[in-house]
Amino acid sequence: MTATAARVAATREAFGPTLIRLAEAGYDIVTLEADLSASTGGRQLKAAFPERWYTVGASEAHMISMAAGLAADGKTVFAASFAVFVPGHCFDQVRMSVAQPGLNVKLIASHGGVSVGEDGASAQAIEDLSLATALPGMTVIVPADVIEAERAIWAAGTTAGPFYIRLGRPKVPVVYGDDYRFALGRADRLREGEDATVIACGHLVAAALEAAEHLAARGVNVRVLNMATIAPLDEAAVLSAARETGAIVTAEEHLVQGGLGAAVTRSLAATCPTPVEQVGVRERYGESGRWDQLLERFGLNADGIKEAVQRVLKRKA
Amino acid sequence: MTVTTTLDLKATAQRIRRHIVEMTAAAQSGHPGGSLSAVEILTALYFGGVLRYDPGRPDWPQRDRFVLSKGHATPVLYAILAEAGYFGTNLLPTFRKLDSPLQGHTVRGKPPGVEMSAGALGMGLSFCIGQALAARLDQRDSRFYCLLGDGELNEGQVWEAALSAAHLEIDRITAIVDRNHFQNDGPEEEILRLWDVAEKFRAFGWHAIHVGDGHDFDQLLTAFAETAAVTGRPQVIVAETTKGKGVSYMEANPAAWHGKGPSPEQLAQALEEIGS
Repeated sequence: MTATAARVAATREAFGPTLIRLAEAGYDIVTLEADLSASTGGRQLKAAFPERWYTVGASEAHMISMAAGLAADGKTVFAASFAVFVPGHCFDQVRMSVAQPGLNVKLIASHGGVSVGEDGASAQAIEDLSLATALPGMTVIVPADVIEAERAIWAAGTTAGPFYIRLGRPKVPVVYGDDYRFALGRADRLREGEDATVIACGHLVAAALEAAEHLAARGVNVRVLNMATIAPLDEAAVLSAARETGAIVTAEEHLVQGGLGAAVTRSLAATCPTPVEQVGVRERYGESGRWDQLLERFGLNADGIKEAVQRVLKRKA
Repeated sequence: MTVTTTLDLKATAQRIRRHIVEMTAAAQSGHPGGSLSAVEILTALYFGGVLRYDPGRPDWPQRDRFVLSKGHATPVLYAILAEAGYFGTNLLPTFRKLDSPLQGHTVRGKPPGVEMSAGALGMGLSFCIGQALAARLDQRDSRFYCLLGDGELNEGQVWEAALSAAHLEIDRITAIVDRNHFQNDGPEEEILRLWDVAEKFRAFGWHAIHVGDGHDFDQLLTAFAETAAVTGRPQVIVAETTKGKGVSYMEANPAAWHGKGPSPEQLAQALEEIGS
């Protein structure tokens, strides 16, 4: 896999079609939106199943508690907005209406990370994974590509309980083929290696594969794990990566104090203390710019991962 | 549902009031003031033939739902549910104690009959709208009742929900505002004035009924009967109540009795005043 992948697609492109498939398969779904349904893609459900799709206007807090009410009375509910608004605009509703009662609500958070681009800091969610993973019982998924996004949304729609799925705006490399089988809560080992392991989520998985390719040319063999499910974390995969490669790099489009890197370091501290370098955003907010320019500025790309691998190898015992 | 006389309702309300002061005294915490203000509202709902429910089947899909959005008023809800037969009144003294199902603020399903977790204000009406939409989609004729505090109306989410229910033309929802004019920090007139609550809901597209005495069963039952006939619009009953109703020292100083339990001496006086 290289940066010049044959196919690119935004993970958000999976949302609408997967909703339609779930409804066609007979799942009793209802989708709520908060005035961003063209951008999330959820609106596609409306034409085929108008009674299963509602917008509540720009009322995210209301949308989440209403979703809980629908779920309490038997519906599988998708509630969609931008990651900066869900959970950012309605964290207490997510906590008390959905997570604490354990209701069957699937939060679809599109436009995650700085790769939203030109809209700038207010639109760029880099804290959402901290909030989502803070809640007991919440399954948190950041799909690597559009194929995995489709599988993850299907898994959420067919598995009881609260889910948070973060999708992205830009078209990013497609990592998987159509035969990909997504395993909820399991890391997917995409590349073998013994010198270090890169554990990534979202489009950083494609960047990790690209980085690993470059490093291999210099004789550094890196294992690559796609950790799409951040919560519950596949701690066995993290532990074996630490034991077998002795050095870890995490990569995500998120602040380093929360999300995937924080989960991995916490897990390793308890089981197998190992040098970890985190690729992520440090102590700042986003800004306007083209999405690829922003990823470069924030080091959220193959170069950033390569540098982190070199740093962690120096620390390896 | 058996026909209940106003005399029966008054006797039930008296028992509910005794439970409330006993529970909060035993817990030495809890929220007696805003529970006592809602006694007649909930007694009318559960024992006046308004709410359709079966305590033996708390998950009965055809039941009507009552959601306590002002989730701190657990004493009145637990007392009502015990009197209705969801569980024994012997559980009431465990209120707020370790391992008791009677949590300080409502937790969904704990005990049976509690429809939703609350305590963070403002979420109950949105939840009811979701439930009512599910019933409409599934062609169940259940009705949905939601009790809000007037202090709770400070929360913006209530008004998001008010817009939404009217837009969706959900007519099986009746919100009840326990208009006791006090909130945690003091009188509404000092903290955040609400002006005419019924008029506000009307402006949001609701059918609004103002009940001048929210402790009068005839007025409450007349209002509930009126709401049942409304089609195409959600309804709200704004019930004027007295915080701490029935206990003189609470009525005289409602701000002090939002969130604490009476001492043994105060409990004795309260029980004396409530009577038996």
